[in-house]
Amino acid sequence: MAANVIHALLDQAFPDGEVDVEDRTGGGDHFQVTIVSPAFNGLPLIQQHKLVNAALAAPLADGTIHELRIRTKGTA
Amino acid sequence: MSTMTLQDQIKQVIDTEPVVVFIKGTPEAPACGNSMRALQALWQAGAPITAVDVLPDPRIRQELSSLSEWPTIPQVFVKGELIGGADITEELNASGELRQKIDEALGEHTQTVSTVALTVD
Repeated sequence: MAANVIHALLDQAFPDGEVDVEDRTGGGDHFQVTIVSPAFNGLPLIQQHKLVNAALAAPLADGTIHELRIRTKGTA
Repeated sequence: MSTMTLQDQIKQVIDTEPVVVFIKGTPEAPACGNSMRALQALWQAGAPITAVDVLPDPRIRQELSSLSEWPTIPQVFVKGELIGGADITEELNASGELRQKIDEALGEHTQTVSTVALTVD
C-alpha cells in the first residue's frame, strides 16, 4: 500500500521518468526506489537524491518510510 | 560540560572534523545496515572516520536534518560538505570518486576511526 503511495509521488515528481519501487523486506516500510529521468541530467548525485527526498518528504517525515534506498540515473 | 547548543555542537563537528559520518550506533556496533554500509565505504576509501551516534537523543537527528536538509541517516560530510547518505557514499566508493575526493580534500592523511559524543542536556 505504502509502495503505491510512494510510486504515485515519484510519478508526479518525475513525470518523464521511469519509476520502480521495491518493498525490500515485505514489511511495507523499507523501500528501494529506482528512477531514471531527464530531470537528473547534469546534476551531481547529491542533488539528484535531494530531488527524490523532496518528492518523498511527507512519507519520510511521518514515518511511513522507515528506510529508503535511492538509485537515480539521468537519460543523457 | 559544554554550554554550546546542540546545533552548534553539530556544526562544530561538521566544520572541524575532516570526515564525519552521523550513524545509528557506533563503528564497532552499527545499529543499522545503512550506517554499516556508509562506514564500510568510507573505510575502503581510506578515510579518517569520525562517527557521531544519533541514537542517544532524537533531537540530534532533528537538528542535524534541519541543518543539512537531508532527511535520513547516515549522513556523510567531507570537509564540511554533505556528500550524501549510504547509497551515494557506496556509489562514489565503487567508482573510486570517494577516495579521490577525500585525497583531494585532505591531502596526506592516515586512516583512523574515532567517535564524538554530543552533549544533550
